[in-house]
Formats: sequence, C-alpha cells, structure tokens
Amino acid sequence: MGKNHPNVDPYVVSRVRALESLLLEKGLLAPGAVDRVIERYENDTGPMIGARATARAWTNPEFRTLLLSDARRALKTFGLDYEVLVVVENTPAVHNLVVCTLCSCYPWPVLGLPPTWYKMPAYRSRAVSEPRQLLHEMGLDIPDSREIRVWDSSAEMRYMVLPQRPDGTGHLAEDELVPLVSRDALIGVAEPRATAAAR
Amino acid sequence: MDGVHDLGGMQGFGPVVREENEPAFHAAWEAAVVAMMRAGGANGIYNIDEFRHAIERMAPADYLRASYYEKWLDGIARLLVEKGVITGDDLEKRVAFFRERPDAPATDAVAGALPEGVPAHLTWVQSAIRETGARPRFAPGDAVVTRRFHAPGHTRLPRYARGKTGVIVRVHGIHVFPDTNAHGGGESPQPLYSVRFDARELWGETAEPNAHVHLDCWESYLEEK
Repeated sequence: MGKNHPNVDPYVVSRVRALESLLLEKGLLAPGAVDRVIERYENDTGPMIGARATARAWTNPEFRTLLLSDARRALKTFGLDYEVLVVVENTPAVHNLVVCTLCSCYPWPVLGLPPTWYKMPAYRSRAVSEPRQLLHEMGLDIPDSREIRVWDSSAEMRYMVLPQRPDGTGHLAEDELVPLVSRDALIGVAEPRATAAAR
Repeated sequence: MDGVHDLGGMQGFGPVVREENEPAFHAAWEAAVVAMMRAGGANGIYNIDEFRHAIERMAPADYLRASYYEKWLDGIARLLVEKGVITGDDLEKRVAFFRERPDAPATDAVAGALPEGVPAHLTWVQSAIRETGARPRFAPGDAVVTRRFHAPGHTRLPRYARGKTGVIVRVHGIHVFPDTNAHGGGESPQPLYSVRFDARELWGETAEPNAHVHLDCWESYLEEK
C-alpha cells in the first residue's frame, strides 16, 4: 500500500464481499466479473492509446489537426469511439493541466486507470488555485511568461493534453516516440521524456 | 451540495505524493468494487449523476479519510439500499458473516443456487449528449457570469466558480443536466459550455500570474454579463 493511500477500513473486505454476495444472489453481478476486471486492467494499463495518438500527432500533421479539432474521429483510427474527448495542445505560450475538483473524472479509455494522486484531495484542491506552485513541487517548472490553462472536468467532457515533442527527437519514428509519452505528460504534470526511460 | 467533495481551492492538504510503479489495483477488493459499480449502472439501478451524488453524501470526515474505491463502495451500497434493491439489514448481516470468515469467498453467503446466464458488464458507458435541437444562448467570445446559489442537492458548479465572470470558449453540445438527473428530476438536457476564467477573477490578489481555469458549465449556471 502506497504512503499516499489513506487508511483502509480493516473491515472493508468484509463489506465488499457482503455486497458482492448480495449482487451475485440477485443476478445483478456475473460470477467471474471481478476476475475479468482485474485481468483487463492488469493487462491493459497505462496511456496506450493516448501515447500512440500523441506520437502520431507529432509525426503526422494531418492527424494532429484532426486530433485537436475532432478527437473522436481521430481516435477511431485506433478502434476507439470516445465521443466526449477534447485534446488540448501545449505550445511555447501555453501549458495545459487536467483535473477534476468535484470527483475524479479522468479519460480512462485513453489513459488507463487513474493514479491515486489524481484522486486525492491535495491534487484536486490545488490544481485550480495554485497550479504553478503545484507543478513546481511535482518537478515541472513553468515560467510566468507561459500561461497555465487548467481544465476542470466538471461535466462529461474529458480532456487530454497533447504535449510538445521533445527537442532532439526529430529522427525518431512514431513507434519510437510512443514510449517517451508518459501518462503524467498527458495529464499535464510532466513533460515527455527525450529518451525512453529504462523501466 | 456544498460538501467536502467540492475541493477546488481548499488549502491544507499538503503535497501531492506520487507512488512509483503503482499497481492497477492495490488489492483484489478494489477490482470487485469497480465490477459492482459498473454492474449497478449497467443494470439501470442508478445513473452516473446519482452515483456521484451518493458519494458526496458520505460523512465529510469519512470522505476525506477514505480511499477512492472505499468512496465508490459507500456510494454503491447507499444507492442499493435507497433504491430498495437490498436492505441495510441484509447488508449488515452479510458484513458480520464475512467478518467471522475473513477468507471466505463471496459465494459462501449466497442463499440458494447462483442465478444462471447473468451478463458480465465489464464497462458501463452512458452517453450524456442529447441532440434536442436546442439553440445555445451563448457563443464563443461571449462574456458570462456564473450564478450564485447554495443548493442542497447535486450540482457541478463548484463553489470557487460561483458569481464569477468568464468568457465562453467552446460549445460542447446539449448535455444531460446533473442537477436534476441526480434527483429523479429528469435529464433536462441543455447546452454545455467551456468557460474560461482568469485566475485573478477566481482567487483575487493572491492568484498566480498568467493562469486560467476552463470549467464546463451548463447554460442554466450562466447569465449574460
């Protein structure tokens, strides 16, 4: 359990099993559904489609234009129909950051499961009121001359950041660019790496 | 509802702590909660707005202490009881059963044979967009001011953005209105906008320089400036 994980009710497992047994009994939950959820996310985590779409946008100007103007149509290329996604572009003048202050809305289909920190009060409270300080503490310094634009996901629209292509990656092809794009860069709390991480 | 869930701009929560190589789930029960949340929604027991509002009604101190999936668990159980799908009594009896038997699988408490042919709802996607033909009252570039209210029920206009002046930057189409849909009051679809607020308008003299917040606002949250 991570340090930022709050104290879990020692009886939470009993409560989960209790509810699960009632839903199974009433035919509202399929036996095996839980195992299938685990399987799905353990094999399908991370920002796979988001990273792929970013790498393609960096290498294909037409795709980039489409991704920014009609993300739904752009993502159909990857077999995903995601009607509520808006992709917002980082530029030398603007840095974008995504949050949900009221709950924890997050673009799961393109970024995978949300990290715990995204759902915790520290991030949700501070991202709108002191984004520059927050990003500084998270290791990303944005000069005052660059606008910070925070997207608070208060409705069903979902936001993903299109980060800037790192310098020195001009020779890389789409497939080589994908691993440079982290989930955090697509939320706006990091920049893409210039070289693939060794993990 | 001006609850503790409405966190934007609150202070005192300290630094963001990131967990390196965070696993998909920290324990199997978290995945069970995801499966149950989707099953409840896909079976039409609640809509997404009712679900969010159920979580908001958690006792404030519990809300702040609970992990994300504990909040979900609380919301699912609350709705299942309120909707009459289960009784609070049934639930507490089963909780007691599993406290006595911490290693027993969920099926151990099931009365009778498991129903057959139950579909596994691995996703629950509910579109909020409604093509009603309604004409948006505002257009990009329009100056608007958000309404001020202290609503007892569900709302998606956070406290920090009430009574504030902003500019429409995008029209998202016609969307289900959570403030009614969370309370059995119907979908009341209406235009949804992305509204841009200067940080100084929101946070006053202590605002960071050169920052803006873009917030999605339903038309009835807005008035002409």
